[in-house]
Amino acid sequence: MNNKIWIVARREYLSRVQKKSFILVTLLTPLGIALFSVLIGVIMSAGSNSDQKIVIKDETGIIRSIASEDKDFPYDFSDKSFDVLREDYSSLGYDLFVHLPALKDTSTMRISASYYSNEKPSLMMLEGIESRLGDQVELYRMRKSNIDQKLLDSFRANISLENGAMDPDDPSGTAAAGKLNIIIGTALGGLMGIMMYLVIFIYGSMVMRSVMEEKLSRIVEVMVSSVRPIQLMMGKLIGVGGVGLTQLAIWGFLLGVILMVVPAFLPGGDPSQLSDMNAMPQVNQESFDGFSGKQIIAALFNIKWWLIIPVFILFFLGGYFIYSSMFAAIGSAINEDMGEGQQLMLPIVFVVMIAFYMLFPVLSDPNGTLAVFASLFPLFSPIIMPARLAFDPPWWQIVLSIIIMLGTVWFFIWLTSRIYRVGILMYGKKVTIKEMIKWLRYSN
Amino acid sequence: MAILKLENITKRYKDHVAVDDVSFQVEPGTIFGMLGPNGAGKTSTIRIITTITGPDSGQIYFEGEKLNKNHPSRMGYLPEERGLYKKMKVGDHLLYLAQLKGLSRTDAAKKCKMMLDRFGALEWWNKKVEELSKGMQQKIQFIATIVHDPVLLILDEPFSGLDPINSGLIQDEIYRLRDEGVSILFSTHRMDQVEEMCESIILINQGKNVLMGNVDEIRNENKQHLFSVRYKGTLPTTYSGGLELIKQYDDKATFRIPDQDTPNHLLQFLMGAGCEIHSFHEILPTINEIFISKVKGMSHE
Repeated sequence: MNNKIWIVARREYLSRVQKKSFILVTLLTPLGIALFSVLIGVIMSAGSNSDQKIVIKDETGIIRSIASEDKDFPYDFSDKSFDVLREDYSSLGYDLFVHLPALKDTSTMRISASYYSNEKPSLMMLEGIESRLGDQVELYRMRKSNIDQKLLDSFRANISLENGAMDPDDPSGTAAAGKLNIIIGTALGGLMGIMMYLVIFIYGSMVMRSVMEEKLSRIVEVMVSSVRPIQLMMGKLIGVGGVGLTQLAIWGFLLGVILMVVPAFLPGGDPSQLSDMNAMPQVNQESFDGFSGKQIIAALFNIKWWLIIPVFILFFLGGYFIYSSMFAAIGSAINEDMGEGQQLMLPIVFVVMIAFYMLFPVLSDPNGTLAVFASLFPLFSPIIMPARLAFDPPWWQIVLSIIIMLGTVWFFIWLTSRIYRVGILMYGKKVTIKEMIKWLRYSN
Repeated sequence: MAILKLENITKRYKDHVAVDDVSFQVEPGTIFGMLGPNGAGKTSTIRIITTITGPDSGQIYFEGEKLNKNHPSRMGYLPEERGLYKKMKVGDHLLYLAQLKGLSRTDAAKKCKMMLDRFGALEWWNKKVEELSKGMQQKIQFIATIVHDPVLLILDEPFSGLDPINSGLIQDEIYRLRDEGVSILFSTHRMDQVEEMCESIILINQGKNVLMGNVDEIRNENKQHLFSVRYKGTLPTTYSGGLELIKQYDDKATFRIPDQDTPNHLLQFLMGAGCEIHSFHEILPTINEIFISKVKGMSHE
């Protein structure tokens, strides 16, 4: 009997994996994500790099003299009279004109200035001007008080919690639990959480669509005389789940290759290599402040992949089965109208969204109360627990979470298969959730 | 021993009774017709036989055993509403369905090729289902239904959408299977086919068993004692002894004789009146007429 589940699963798996579009999507998705993040980066930075030209009429006599020492000072000064500038700043080629009136008291805290602009400037731009000009005044006052810049710099301290050990007996503790690891853990946790979130919707809707198609094309009518509905459903879930695992494996493999190949370029290597020159400073600038590429790679190798990967796969499958079985039940209940499906999907979407938004507080406090609760509650745990894995949660929480999740998988498959077997043979009736609950009680 | 026997099967849904105390049996190697208007409960009955659903009460026996979940693998069911995976290749699809019926992969391949060949369709093996015409798809579905050598074939409107040539092909195949000893439960609206193909029928309406038995017997039981005559000469103007002229056209006439009377009486009467009889035969009601009169009678109740 179970043999039939595998026959169905085999077809479901092969019919998807053998498609050209599968290979294309699998290979292009990481590329798409990379392009997408670059695009987002460009969009985000576009706002800050303003190409607006600003002219200043400085009547304080302070700012201009100080600013003239700074080659990078971005604004122009003008000797023209205030009235001329106010009238003509835009015909002179400027977008904004700032007027700094003479100061009555050079030591005042508040300096008020005014600006003139044709268009409303952005808040960020105004704040940029304020801080730039403020810096000049500060510098002026420091000089006036005879405070040496070097002396001032020598007061500064930058404390950085780079290394830390949670277990004092762990010899690798300093390296293993450092700040870098936390940064990487957060990134990895976020990545896994978001992936689970995507997995639920991508493969869930794949299952739903396919169930719906089989129902509407009346294939099920042919199938149910040779296969029990639950076998048909399980076969589909397993087959599509296999597609998901295959896709994950390919992505994991690609990521592994990248991790293996990149370090080869890092230690000095050939300086003429562009990729090397470009990659290094970028890595240093962004969020990994101060860590070298080599350190990052070393930290990546220090992560307990042997634990994280199998547990992630387990949660991937658990989350997939819980949610996809629900999507299968919905697919079985709807008719031609996709709108009905969206209505029925709403509660699921709601739950998954809650789990998704929990990801952020959980990542900022990965062993807090919310994190522990959310990683045990089976509708959230497939998204939350993988996100915590890089933070070494207590092993009993992982085990308990898996046990609860597996129980939930079993329960949902039982529950949804009872809806499914009624739904697939029910036509032309708009189905509500109330109706679906009634189906649960049908004897046969 | 009957291959299939239903005893007092009842199936209730929330708001109506789909099958109401239906009993019948299908003898081995015969074609049994299940008739009834739309919504009469035919599909519900078939779903109970194929164990897709269970009855609320009543018993079903398959080859003398109480029906269980292993029996459907010995049945072939062609549903009225049937579909195929459009993107699959014909060969793969047949293999898939055959394997689900319990055939091993190698057996399935051998059998599927043989069947396709018999239907002159072996060259379709590598074609996608969506490339086939509707009639071709019907053939594939029929092949999928019989590929695992079922002992009971359940065919729900097997000829819908088929042209006369393909219809004939499938009909011949059904006869061939029957002659090999396969029993066939045949559900249809096409009464001419029922008369032509079925030995016995059951008529279901509103879930109830309205009429059942051998086709010839049913027609006999429902006869109106009508006789058709081709003659030369002139018909008598008055009739005695309960004889009645129903209609007359050209050289043909239809008569009704009293219940207990024999046709000889009519013949003698006509010959005595100087008619020359060229042909003489009884008019039995068609299944169609019986069907309509029974169903109409019920809806007037």
